[in-house]
Amino acid sequence: MAELTNRERLHIPRQTMPAQGPLVRRTNFDEVALGFTAELARQEAERCVQCAKPHCVEGCPVGVLIPQFIRALREGDMEDAVRAMKEKNNLPAICGRVCPQETQCEVRCVLAKKGEPVAIGRLERFVGDYELAQRTCPLECSEKTGRRVAIIGSGPAGVTCAVDLGRQGHQVTIFESLHASGGVLVYGIPEFRLPKSVVHAEIDYAVECLGIKVHPDAVIGRLHTIDELLDVNGQGFDAVFLGTGAGLPLFMRIPGINYSGVVSANEFLTRVNLMKGYRFPEYDTPVKVGQRVAVIGAGNVAMDSARCSLRLQALRAQETGEEPGEVHIVYRRSRVEVPARAEEVHHAEEEGVIFDFLTNPVEIYGDEKGSVCGMRCIRMELGEPDESGRRRPIPIQGSEFDMDVDMVVMALGTRPNPLVFNDAGGLERTKWGTVVADQETGRTTKPRVWAGGDVVTGAATVISAMGAGKSAAADIDRFLRGEVNPW
Amino acid sequence: MYKILHKETLSEVNKLMVIAAPEVARKARAGQFVIVRIDEHGERIPLTIADYDREAGTITIIFQEVGKTTMHLGTLEPGDELATFTGPLGNPTEIENYGTVVCVGGGVGIAPIYPIARALKEAGNTVISIIGARTRELLFWEDEMRALSDELIVCTDDGSYGRKALVTEPLRELLEQRDGGIARVWAIGPAIMMKFCAATTEPFNVPTIVSLNTIMIDGTGMCGGCRVQLTDGARFVCADGPEFDAHQVDWDLLLARQRFYLEEEKQALERWQHRCQLEVG
Repeated sequence: MAELTNRERLHIPRQTMPAQGPLVRRTNFDEVALGFTAELARQEAERCVQCAKPHCVEGCPVGVLIPQFIRALREGDMEDAVRAMKEKNNLPAICGRVCPQETQCEVRCVLAKKGEPVAIGRLERFVGDYELAQRTCPLECSEKTGRRVAIIGSGPAGVTCAVDLGRQGHQVTIFESLHASGGVLVYGIPEFRLPKSVVHAEIDYAVECLGIKVHPDAVIGRLHTIDELLDVNGQGFDAVFLGTGAGLPLFMRIPGINYSGVVSANEFLTRVNLMKGYRFPEYDTPVKVGQRVAVIGAGNVAMDSARCSLRLQALRAQETGEEPGEVHIVYRRSRVEVPARAEEVHHAEEEGVIFDFLTNPVEIYGDEKGSVCGMRCIRMELGEPDESGRRRPIPIQGSEFDMDVDMVVMALGTRPNPLVFNDAGGLERTKWGTVVADQETGRTTKPRVWAGGDVVTGAATVISAMGAGKSAAADIDRFLRGEVNPW
Repeated sequence: MYKILHKETLSEVNKLMVIAAPEVARKARAGQFVIVRIDEHGERIPLTIADYDREAGTITIIFQEVGKTTMHLGTLEPGDELATFTGPLGNPTEIENYGTVVCVGGGVGIAPIYPIARALKEAGNTVISIIGARTRELLFWEDEMRALSDELIVCTDDGSYGRKALVTEPLRELLEQRDGGIARVWAIGPAIMMKFCAATTEPFNVPTIVSLNTIMIDGTGMCGGCRVQLTDGARFVCADGPEFDAHQVDWDLLLARQRFYLEEEKQALERWQHRCQLEVG
């Protein structure tokens, strides 16, 4: 086929990715977005005008070679597309699914100025999925250095850091507290957004290629401490990267918070995702969903909790023949301030989640069995902007009302789990419990310890954690080669 | 994977297993627990460490078969492997020389009280132990407890062995007889037993420690499913406990929270028993 002119490229519409319709998908846990076919991917790749100065790349926290991989795609050279992708991103099947492309690469696409940007994320996913199936471009490591690095946490930051260091020839061991690798990718993000088979396949592939050791069931802070990992008479690692995320759930300080049926989003999502509670009793871990569920908060985790609730209700209704029930998002600010990705909010609304904006719980009621039987709320209005720049929600006196709910999911955010800091003297933390680390390099105040991802920033995105893992890996590599000694 | 090295049947429902877990054994201390998952379909359950051998690299667990997971676990044999064995979790018991202490173990709670009583004895305390169970069949480790205790009181609810009494009766008598002479009490067993032990010691103002066994998933502070209400606020059993001041615990809320999945537990158990019958048939 003859090379298209840029004018012709601009006339190709953005390709739509096949997806399950809202009424179907709210009754199952299968992936919502089904991915591009080869033809759709090629069509979409044709839209890229191959800017000389690609702004999309600047928007990517790991600097994926976007024009290069898209060019290879449109030329039909899949292996080259994979190679270009893996220059910077070792986990494309994951990033292609969960990155907020609309605020990173795609928002900067030159096409976005006049119409719709190139669907970079969908193309990334297409390349990632192709490679998981074909394995054309296994990661290779440079000459072995004999230096040893311990990575604490196998989430996006840890795995990215581990893979980059593995490629540089260092011997890497990942310590994971749970039984499965992936961190928030396996316990938090639901199957219908990110299939666990994709996470496992992508991590396993990288780990196998590079000979990275993974130690599951290893709770650092209890089994080993950071000091022991670094001690020559202990585990004897040369460097430690801390990528333990923000896993400690926050609860509201209101009466009734400990009734049965008030759960953290972490617990609810872990039961559903990591433990596969939606397949109980085939899997042993039960998960309960109410007839009338209130999810408190409006971040991505809240959307995930609400959409899991809807699905569990639908599965129950299929069995019992009763009405599935209702799921509400209860948020103290208005729609404008919602922190979740627009696409997630849109998906949740399509599936039937009810949004109660400017509403804040003040008390949870319990019945004689100690289970949730209602929730008292107060209406809010927005005042002047607060330190976050968002307008401060203020309770409207006398506007209290009761909501009929039998389950409350707290999705108010998380903090770093302090367990890992047992016996880690000299590691400075902020008053929010996050680790103080250099933004560029991830260096902490403790010699030979780096940190990155949510444990430094507080709950943020998968890709920003990967970016932090990547820059820390580069600095650790320089340190291990004796090029820098920051302490 | 973690191999089962040894198994003992302590009673019809209580089983002991010795698990190969060298790293866990190296760090384990009295009062801590592990999270066990049998296989890929399994749930994660907390079990208190009943004993450990650092040199052999083993952890001993004792469990009562009450639901699907514990019954399934009970069918495993030496040579079989567990998918997950995470620990040591929770904070170790604060062992000091307090003077004269009482250690109460009820039912399967005899297992976790054993290493605590031993550590207290080693620290120089005078240890009076009370062990009890519903009936004789359910008692175990009487000899082990006797060997490390300065005094041992054994009772059963039905009087089939030892004294016919609930553990709270000898506990109250000790507190009365040794007016002010008991420095501290540990009580581990079913929640209802711990609740009544707390009520027994409270009028005497004797500090009383209980080890709570709540529903949990990760065991590291991530899910918050294990939270317990104390007089000054909520705590996570996995990260802040598992031992707490018994007089501060909201026992009724704790008991209610333990019953939250009763229906599902019943369903899982019936399904398991049905499958076992099919296999036998």
